[in-house]
Amino acid sequence: MSSLFGFLQENGAALLFYLFAGLAVAGAVGVVVWKSPMNGALSLLVTFLAIAALFLLRHAGFVGIVQIFVYGGGIMVLFLFVIMLVNLSRLEDSERIWRQTPWALLLSLLFAGVVGATARAAWKPVLGGSEATERLRTFGGELVGNPQALGQELFRNYLLPFEIASLFLLVAMIGAVVLGRRE
Amino acid sequence: MNPEASAGLGGLWAIGTEHYLGLSLILFGIGLFGVINRRNLITILMSIELMLNAVNLNFVAFSYQRGDLAGQVFSVFTITVAAGEAAVGLGILLAMFRLRRTTRVDTANELKG
Repeated sequence: MSSLFGFLQENGAALLFYLFAGLAVAGAVGVVVWKSPMNGALSLLVTFLAIAALFLLRHAGFVGIVQIFVYGGGIMVLFLFVIMLVNLSRLEDSERIWRQTPWALLLSLLFAGVVGATARAAWKPVLGGSEATERLRTFGGELVGNPQALGQELFRNYLLPFEIASLFLLVAMIGAVVLGRRE
Repeated sequence: MNPEASAGLGGLWAIGTEHYLGLSLILFGIGLFGVINRRNLITILMSIELMLNAVNLNFVAFSYQRGDLAGQVFSVFTITVAAGEAAVGLGILLAMFRLRRTTRVDTANELKG
């Protein structure tokens, strides 16, 4: 019993990684395989939440929570609204396998193979160490937690990109309103 | 202070950046397959979201490895862009649906010649 506890204590992070990685891949496969867009959207939600957990495992607390809010909340609701608005269940749905499928499979496998082989050839193992991880939570030499450190970084060093992002959101909002307007 | 990082160096069960890169590659490949294979615009948009998420995974993994917050900052920006992209993409989808009562992308072939 104590050996099981020790095993979990030592390898818990790895077990969680494999659990959530499996969930993410399963959800992703569901998105591209499921015929109904509604099922696809729900399995996309599984992927979003699993990826949020993977962010948390890499000490990216703020990004993980934002992932849940924006993806799991906002974008998912947008998708579900549109699916229900369009009422795709009445429509004929695109079949999963047609004449383009072998080419799609070939191309994506080729892409993954080339990128994976390149990354493998260029890979040098770098050990992060705990002091590198601590830097994700420190600002000005004291431990403040990830959201505050990220906020300081964002508003001190990335203020211009931040403002451009807000302008981008405004433009996207206007564009979505114009596109969604009835003539 | 940080048992995960100290225990995570070396060893068979240690999760490194390469695990995250592999997972991200798999997710990106699945998303790419979805974009090429499916003809339903909603599924294509969802596959694009998958690919953006895979990129975010890379950003966060490298941010952890280097102890540099820039990766997390840029993944926040990527999430922003993904939100805008979803809003505009779904707006286009609604406009297309109003125009031709379908969301199959291969029906939009006026420029095919």
